[in-house]
Amino acid sequence: MNTLVQVLVNAIALGSLYALVALAIGLVFGVMRLINFAQANYITVGAYALVVPSASIAPALLLGALPPAFMIAGVLAVVVVLALLTERIAFRPLRNSSPSTLLISSFAVSYFIQNLIMLIHTGRPKSVGIGQSLSNAVEIGGIQIAGVQLVTMIVAAGLLIALVLFLKKTPLGIQMRAAAENFEMARLLGMSADRVIAIAFGISGLLGGAVSLLLTIQTGTLDLRMGLMPVVYAFFATVIGGMGSLPGAALGGFLVGVASVLLQTYLPIDLRPFRDAGVFALVILILLVRPQGLIVTGAAKERI
Amino acid sequence: MSRVEAICRYWFPVAAIVVPLAIIVALSSRFGGLLLQRTMTEMLISVVVVVGLYVFVGNSGIISFGHATFMAIAAYASAWQTCCRMLKPITMSGLPPFLRYHSVPLLPSAMVSILLAGIAAFLIGLILMRLRGLSASISTLAVLFILNVVYSNWDSVTMGTASIVGLPMYVSAWLALLCAVVVIVIAYVYQTSRFGLAIRATREDEVAAAASGISLYWSRLGAFALSGLIVGLGGVLQAHFLGVVSIESFFLTSTFLALAMLIVGGMGSLAGAVVGVVVIKFIVDVFRSLEVGISVGGGTFSLPAGTQELAVALVMLLILVYRKDGIMAGREFTLPRRNSNGRGRDNG
Repeated sequence: MNTLVQVLVNAIALGSLYALVALAIGLVFGVMRLINFAQANYITVGAYALVVPSASIAPALLLGALPPAFMIAGVLAVVVVLALLTERIAFRPLRNSSPSTLLISSFAVSYFIQNLIMLIHTGRPKSVGIGQSLSNAVEIGGIQIAGVQLVTMIVAAGLLIALVLFLKKTPLGIQMRAAAENFEMARLLGMSADRVIAIAFGISGLLGGAVSLLLTIQTGTLDLRMGLMPVVYAFFATVIGGMGSLPGAALGGFLVGVASVLLQTYLPIDLRPFRDAGVFALVILILLVRPQGLIVTGAAKERI
Repeated sequence: MSRVEAICRYWFPVAAIVVPLAIIVALSSRFGGLLLQRTMTEMLISVVVVVGLYVFVGNSGIISFGHATFMAIAAYASAWQTCCRMLKPITMSGLPPFLRYHSVPLLPSAMVSILLAGIAAFLIGLILMRLRGLSASISTLAVLFILNVVYSNWDSVTMGTASIVGLPMYVSAWLALLCAVVVIVIAYVYQTSRFGLAIRATREDEVAAAASGISLYWSRLGAFALSGLIVGLGGVLQAHFLGVVSIESFFLTSTFLALAMLIVGGMGSLAGAVVGVVVIKFIVDVFRSLEVGISVGGGTFSLPAGTQELAVALVMLLILVYRKDGIMAGREFTLPRRNSNGRGRDNG
């Protein structure tokens, strides 16, 4: 019984992490029809900002040396600035291009940033110790929960609620949902395209920064491709959730996270290395049944 | 227009690509060193791969991230059939007995491998081509990851992340040229056939094409399978050029490079695909030699490792921003019309 609860806790923690990344992807997709590969680099850059650039595998701390509040603010600021910069430099000139062109350009931006990090920090994986105090297990009602997972769940839940409130209650949030529904119409009604898109990128940077901190605390390592798997999972989450639907993205994120933990736990030991393949195959199976995704929005259909 | 002239006109775009390629290969094998010849061979293999990618991406307008999958399938299949007869029973103990203890002659093994890639593309396409454009693109990424995870962990058959070494290295510049020419001709015949025209119509306007009686599903599936077949040939060539197969070489980096070549040249035309390969290959090689270091005056000047990747990504971004249809902008090399009757440019 207890193990089952613990598996569920793991599943929810990972699912909410993926839901955050999927929402970041979904927000930007909503306003720009851009599937942003560079989201992976936002996560990676946030984590690398914790340390001083060097070839060492246990580098000195940079932002990571600050008190927690400043460290968090610092990492978030770095990632938000990066997200806004990529928008301004790379994606704004392409705003009216086809989704395929945008997809390709974000692939190029991602490749560029990844190699830039490699130039600065070298390609070796590094270890970094932040938030060690969180690794102790907490006991709630007889169930052991790792502190990191508790934090992940709380942060993810907090961010999800904040995001929902922002989207439902504030004028900017409503503009953003309107933009996701019908961008041209929203513009005609007085929405500022530049501002809404910049804010979407800002939020995706914020979420990216939060995810990068959570990941770094969990694993204690820095790797050039550390952002890749969460973002790839998030891509599939947005596809099975239904492209352009924010609730769909969050739901899809939860689903792939939960599926991943369940496969990790219940697959025979020989097959565990194939877990990711299992999840991705599941994605393709879901698409086979529902090619349009789980939640279909009006924006997803082509208007004639 | 006489019949001969019509034939000339039809084949000119192919000749305009193939003849310069042949001249370059002839010159480099006559006057160039071993290094230049190897570079030429690499370039021609890239032509095969990128033209294969173009058959689907260019004609359908749907970006595919999954084509390295079919390269890998063909390359590994060829490795299983031809590689290292003495070591195979030990290093790849999971192979079925007829492969574990026997080697297959080169030509049949290559054909089987290519066919396997084509069949894999067809089966995967059966599922993916049901999806709309962007969802299909993302799902091709899923395919790439699935294959990567499976082949990286299927130790008894693929040797996991280790490289399979000792494949017969039979690919010369001339063989690569022959394959590139064959592939270019196939791609050209396909894109001017009724099937090619149908799928190009879906690229321009899905709704109008569907209303004209074109099945989005079957036209895309055909292109996907054909392109898997061609890319599979590229995989076999690469495996037997390097003599080494490793799963890492069929992942995101090679996917990126192939896409960069296609986009920079212009994914709308066969000429664009080939021009893109030549341009990107040139840039990569220039920066690669700069990274190694060149002597200027007395001292040695070298760029830090990783500059070539930055350069390629930057070129690709600049092209996307300033010339988003690529260098060739969707045009083939065509003969100018003799009497212009106001029908505009022919971009077959």
